[in-house]
Amino acid sequence: MRILCAALAASLAITAASAAATLDTVRQRGALVCGVSQGLAGFSNPDAQGRWTGLDTDICRAVASAVLGDAKKARFVPLSSKESFTALQSGAVDMLTRNTTWTQTRDTALGLNFVATIFYDGQGFMVRRGVGVDSAEQLDGATVCVNAGTTTELNLADYFRARKMRYTPVVFEKSDEVLAAYQAGRCDAYTTDQSGLYAQRLKLQDRNAHTILPDVISKEPLGPVVRQGDDAWFDIVRWTVFALINAEELGVGQTNVDGMRTASADPRIRRLLGADGRAGANMGLDAEWALRAIRQVGNYGELFDRHLGKASPLMIDRGMNRLWNKGGLLYAPPIR
Amino acid sequence: MRRRSADGHAPAAFLWQALILIAVLAGGAALVFNTLDNLAARGISSGFGFLDDAAGFGVTMSLIPFDETASFARAFVVGLLNTLLVSVLGVALATVLGVAVGLARLSPNWLLARIAGAYVETLRNIPLLLQIFFWYFAVLRTLPAPRGSYALGEVAFLNNRGLYLAWPEAAAGWALAIGLCAAVAVAWSLRRGRRGPAAGAALVTLAALGWVFSAAAWERPQLAGFNFTGGVTLIPEFVALVVALSTYTAAFIAEIVRAGVQAVPKGQVEAADALGLNPAQKLRFVIAPQALRVIVPPLTSQYLNLTKNSSLAAAIAYPDLVSVFAGTVLNITGQAIEVIAITMAVYLSISLGIAALMGGYNRAFALRGAAS
Repeated sequence: MRILCAALAASLAITAASAAATLDTVRQRGALVCGVSQGLAGFSNPDAQGRWTGLDTDICRAVASAVLGDAKKARFVPLSSKESFTALQSGAVDMLTRNTTWTQTRDTALGLNFVATIFYDGQGFMVRRGVGVDSAEQLDGATVCVNAGTTTELNLADYFRARKMRYTPVVFEKSDEVLAAYQAGRCDAYTTDQSGLYAQRLKLQDRNAHTILPDVISKEPLGPVVRQGDDAWFDIVRWTVFALINAEELGVGQTNVDGMRTASADPRIRRLLGADGRAGANMGLDAEWALRAIRQVGNYGELFDRHLGKASPLMIDRGMNRLWNKGGLLYAPPIR
Repeated sequence: MRRRSADGHAPAAFLWQALILIAVLAGGAALVFNTLDNLAARGISSGFGFLDDAAGFGVTMSLIPFDETASFARAFVVGLLNTLLVSVLGVALATVLGVAVGLARLSPNWLLARIAGAYVETLRNIPLLLQIFFWYFAVLRTLPAPRGSYALGEVAFLNNRGLYLAWPEAAAGWALAIGLCAAVAVAWSLRRGRRGPAAGAALVTLAALGWVFSAAAWERPQLAGFNFTGGVTLIPEFVALVVALSTYTAAFIAEIVRAGVQAVPKGQVEAADALGLNPAQKLRFVIAPQALRVIVPPLTSQYLNLTKNSSLAAAIAYPDLVSVFAGTVLNITGQAIEVIAITMAVYLSISLGIAALMGGYNRAFALRGAAS
């Protein structure tokens, strides 16, 4: 029923408000509101103290510290995947940092813009060990648990259809119920983005009895989303993400950022941290926008390690998410 | 003195009503056009053209053939039929169970009355969504995997993927239908005391059923790969939803039935006793006709509630209208306003349909009652 309320609110909000500049709205409010998942370890998940943690939530905090000066001014609204776009369209949130896959339809027909890719993901399958399945090609006739209203549901259909294999989808609204049904044996396989599978497997008591198949059946570039038609805001979010990636490339991290500001002679670092150039002013921000973001949340590599990589329980390999000069796909245009 | 028209209303009243109607319509039109303008201004596509596009997803259970190449419009029909199926079955089961519990609660048998009372108080005081989860997850966890299925001969298998039943192939299905119709004819003829047609119909029944169970081809569920295939499958989501909806609503219906029966004046019951009617006759000829007049209007509300509550299906993956259409289709197409508008229109139509049917039934009853 929440979706009914959301849609009603959306139609009213779309009717009532004309699009105001998001930057002004955020400054007036003194807080940045981000739509996040309802709980996905590594991306956006409330911890034991109820504080949202994860790669997505820290991207939101980085934007909050660039724009408002304080990462604590980020607020989080958990949204199901089918509520998320309506919430953004109607202005209920300023941006989505909600492990959302960038697709053509979403980018063009919904009045939204995808900002950048912060995690290159791909859809996979989790199955029980000992059922004799070690490749997704062997899943003919399987029952598959999946989340409602996701690209996952469509990729699943495409994959089986392309191979003329049969399958039965069991479609739940929330990830917790997908996992519960998979655990209860309702399904032979659980499919979602691979990062999500690693995160969900942590919640299983007998996690070693489950294996994630090596097959990746789709491209899932995940990233923040903003409303279409507010280019100034789009630029701010995009360049905050690029600043974090450039910071990793230039070796600027949470611990050395303040020293680098004064000590570094590298013009690229000086421009990034606001010692030289007008990067902040070009976007209507002050000179230390990127410096604060890096100081308060860290560079991209630090975020990845903390939430998804070797310093996290998920232990996801950086793989495609390495920097371009280390064999990955992350490539941020220069700040100059 | 005011002038009045032939039916006694002041002309000014008509004028006011007309003005208010125009204002409401204009307000509605402004809302619609303003929304369309703003959607266009923000680059959000609108309209119903998306309904013809290929859906591209699959569903667990469908009463009509559906695959990934079917259109969104067909996905809508799949969801609608699943909603109607659950609603109709739920209403039927809830009514039977509710009447039984309601009467049991009035029973002079102490134990029976207390059990019925406990049933009502427990089920109507626990949120429905929790009950749905209970029936789904509690039952699912206790069932075995497909390879360890509980089997009844070669015709029925129960496991955590559902109940698999052997099913007659097409020709046998028709024979079964003819047989059942003939059986109904037998019962009807016998009640009217016509032996000739009854005997004829009985012969047809026996012939049809005999052929189905002996000669006709049955499609039996076979364990192949991950699961059983063939026959007919009752998925656990469907069973859990029907059970939860009907047991929950039955608790309310039981109270309505109890209230209806207790509303019959005591003198009527005593008069029936004085006439020497046995309990069954008393219920059928004296209590039921008078109680029903009290029961039917609130019963209508319960039927409407059950139908609307069936939208909780989305939580346990039963592919109803909300799950398939207002869930998957909405997210794939992003046409939130169109999809939600259609969905609301459907629930409104179903509810008004039920209300109209029950209203008609109620009027028929009220008239007969008034004539006495």
